[in-house]
Amino acid sequence: MTKTFTRRNFLKISASAAGGLMIGFPMAARAQGAAGADAAGAAGAEINAWLTIDANNIVSIVTPQSELGQGAFTAVPMMLAEELDVPWESVRHVFADANRHVNNDNLYVSTSTGGSTTVSRRHPYIMQAGASARERLRHAAAARWGVPVEDVVAKQGTLTAGSNSGTYGEFAADAAGITLETEPAIKAYGDWWLLGTEVKRLDVAAKTNGSAMYPIDVTVDGMVHAAVKACPVPGGRLVSFDFEAIKGMPGVIAAVKLTQTKDVPAFTDMRDSVAVVAESWYQANNALASLPIEWDLGRGASISYESQTAEALSLLGKPGTVLKDEEGNLGNKRDKGVNQDEVPGLIESSSKVVTGEVFSRPYEAHATMMAPAAVADVKDDRVDIWTFTQDIGRSLTEVADQLGRDTANVYLHQTYMGGGFGGGYNMFIHRQAAAISAEVGKPVKLILSREEDIAQDSMRPPVWSTYKAGLGDDGLPVALLTHVVGEEKQPGFSLSYVADMPYKVPNRRHESSQVQSHMPIGYHRAPGANANGFFVEQMVDELAQAGGWDPLEWRLKMTEGLEPYQRVLKAMKEKSGWTTDLGNGEGMGCAIVESHGTIAGCVATVTVSRRGQIFVDKLQYFMNSGYTINPLNAREQAESSAIWEMGYAFFGGLDIRAGRVVNTNFDSYSIIRLPDTPLDIEVHQENSEDQWWGGLGEPAGPPTPPAIANAIFYATGSRIRSTPFSKAAV
Amino acid sequence: MTIKLNINGQDHELDADPQMPLLWAIREKAGLTGTKFGCGIAQCGACTVIIDGNAVRSCNMPVSAAAGKAIRTIEGVSENNDHPVQLAWQDLTVPQCGYCQSGQIMSAVALLERNPKPSDNEIDQAMAGNICRCGTYPRIRAAIHKAAELG
Ligand code: FES
Ligand code: FES
Repeated sequence: MTKTFTRRNFLKISASAAGGLMIGFPMAARAQGAAGADAAGAAGAEINAWLTIDANNIVSIVTPQSELGQGAFTAVPMMLAEELDVPWESVRHVFADANRHVNNDNLYVSTSTGGSTTVSRRHPYIMQAGASARERLRHAAAARWGVPVEDVVAKQGTLTAGSNSGTYGEFAADAAGITLETEPAIKAYGDWWLLGTEVKRLDVAAKTNGSAMYPIDVTVDGMVHAAVKACPVPGGRLVSFDFEAIKGMPGVIAAVKLTQTKDVPAFTDMRDSVAVVAESWYQANNALASLPIEWDLGRGASISYESQTAEALSLLGKPGTVLKDEEGNLGNKRDKGVNQDEVPGLIESSSKVVTGEVFSRPYEAHATMMAPAAVADVKDDRVDIWTFTQDIGRSLTEVADQLGRDTANVYLHQTYMGGGFGGGYNMFIHRQAAAISAEVGKPVKLILSREEDIAQDSMRPPVWSTYKAGLGDDGLPVALLTHVVGEEKQPGFSLSYVADMPYKVPNRRHESSQVQSHMPIGYHRAPGANANGFFVEQMVDELAQAGGWDPLEWRLKMTEGLEPYQRVLKAMKEKSGWTTDLGNGEGMGCAIVESHGTIAGCVATVTVSRRGQIFVDKLQYFMNSGYTINPLNAREQAESSAIWEMGYAFFGGLDIRAGRVVNTNFDSYSIIRLPDTPLDIEVHQENSEDQWWGGLGEPAGPPTPPAIANAIFYATGSRIRSTPFSKAAV
Repeated sequence: MTIKLNINGQDHELDADPQMPLLWAIREKAGLTGTKFGCGIAQCGACTVIIDGNAVRSCNMPVSAAAGKAIRTIEGVSENNDHPVQLAWQDLTVPQCGYCQSGQIMSAVALLERNPKPSDNEIDQAMAGNICRCGTYPRIRAAIHKAAELG
């Protein structure tokens, strides 16, 4: 029986008439020991596609977003449980069935997971699914008891009306068959009982005993193993390889050619590569290392980070393209009618001219702790893929398209992801595994070595930037000109945020230019806000200093009237012990950057020793995300993204030489470690609580490096304008 | 060549290249996948197991070198996920993506067995070999102190 319940797309479901029916996929059991069950692991009656309730009143909630450590598997169930009104202890989370999503008109609306949007953008329809299920349960109880629906109370998993009482589980099957005339409205802030409380993530226990499954842990009967090497210069082509040379090596089964379909490396397209298939991954990887391969390296072979930097510096010396929307405005939401054309003249005629030096941030790789892996089993009549991805629906469709299959016969199974950070959008390992399995006619597990993971990554793009400003008699800027150089393939990445800066400079002009590049780039934890926040928030400190202003007072003054900013900046001033005058090699610095709808302020305290060693003593965060549904996870996410960016401030930085990444493992691509992490990190939530929901997976990152750089300035009088600081000229 | 491994008290006989890293014997031959692959060059700690009381990176130890020794992996830390380190980890919700955490826990277990009340400095030293890309370091530090209290 299939019914369409409502006008709303997301409630189109296949209803279960009797308890116990569950629509799943038959292959789930083959992913041995999947902790965090597949959809098929949930027993009980399905009220709508988002949830089932079993006879013991256990509620299984489907999460269409991927779990990469950010807490989606807890946030989505929380939003549903809030409306459904069930005890949190009775809630279990299950992976969404990508096949069902794709083949039922995007059943879960969207499976995309990124940009810190799981809560901020998706709460209306996720909460709606919970509210709609609750109302159906009330109607089902009313019908069985013969009482008016108004008399039925649904609370904490129990339905009551007068002397009648029963569990949700007893009415779940009936509820699935109910049609409502109108859907209930979702609860407003203030009516919540669960949202806004501190809830521990549901997947913690599975991650303390080794039972949580990642793609690398999936085993399928008859599976063989593959290792892959892509052309070391992205965009280069495979000329030939000599399988004969490795054929006799232990365990070796085959070598498979993988082909880039576009002229330049594109979003999720495979690169030209060779995969070696063997009985174990160790054998495959060993044989791959011995395989003679000839590449045509292509135009990228003449590009290096050094050559790009030289090109960027020369571009910064000339006028760039002026950033303008169709109406001639800056193209951001706040400032209309800002004068751009007369900016250069106004700067020259101002009472004080400040000329910036060059700021820069390099390429960075996602380098998730998880070694990327995917398992593919391509058969004539069906295809099964186990992979990480930040969009299960899109990845399933990509595999179907590549193999020329109907999506109805393609099953993409989610596992936990060992980190994502945006990298799960630009990946193509699912395509590689599918191509290899199709070629060898067996299930294949493909694992990337760390070296290949970094070499094949879609990196965070570099930027170079500078500015010139004219100050008025009050020491505040009257005109500002910025120039940011990004790289050619996705200029928007490097431009975002500069025009959005909250500071009300009456005359502003933002220019941009691009250097040549062959490097594939992609989403990477708030790319624009990170690169340009680093630049803008240090520029602001320089302007404040030149105008004789305290940098925090300057920010307060220049954001007057912007309540969400004022709230954060005032908290920074009142709670952080703010001063620019610590002495003794100590310094405090601040920065504030908005990204993903959340305003994040950071106050950093550092000590710089006489020998120039930098110690970050304390990081204090002040976050305004409107609402927070889980303050515990909000703080954990803030800490996580803060440490991530602090890592890039001090370590990181990919070096590109002769077109290829040189530092492709953790011996040369350094990552922040526990001893480098400050003992003292505080996260203060300063929410405006006025009808907006900001994301929290990323925003604490962007203000971190500039706040630390500003603190170093107040400790030493020297300014660091590029990351990693270890390689920066001071 | 046939190699005998004792993992979590159980004997395994495997037919393997003696040069193969222990990590792949544990994962592919013994089928214990809690121990993770992260770098293969002893830089990240994802593959940490305990041999003779020491936290060891199994990705660059030849399987033949582990023959006959008592090897402990994450699966052998406790039956019911209730070793003090695991309990502290759960209580302070340490894991995010979770991928590094088997290795973190094995390093922490080895540390606490040798030093039941480590200072922040001692924790720094013992945990420096384990990368966490999710940046759960502050909670790892706090959870080690907590596990020390739980004893
Ligand atoms: S995999 Fe062994 S230390 Fe990284
Ligand atoms: S929890 Fe994700 S790498 Fe440590």
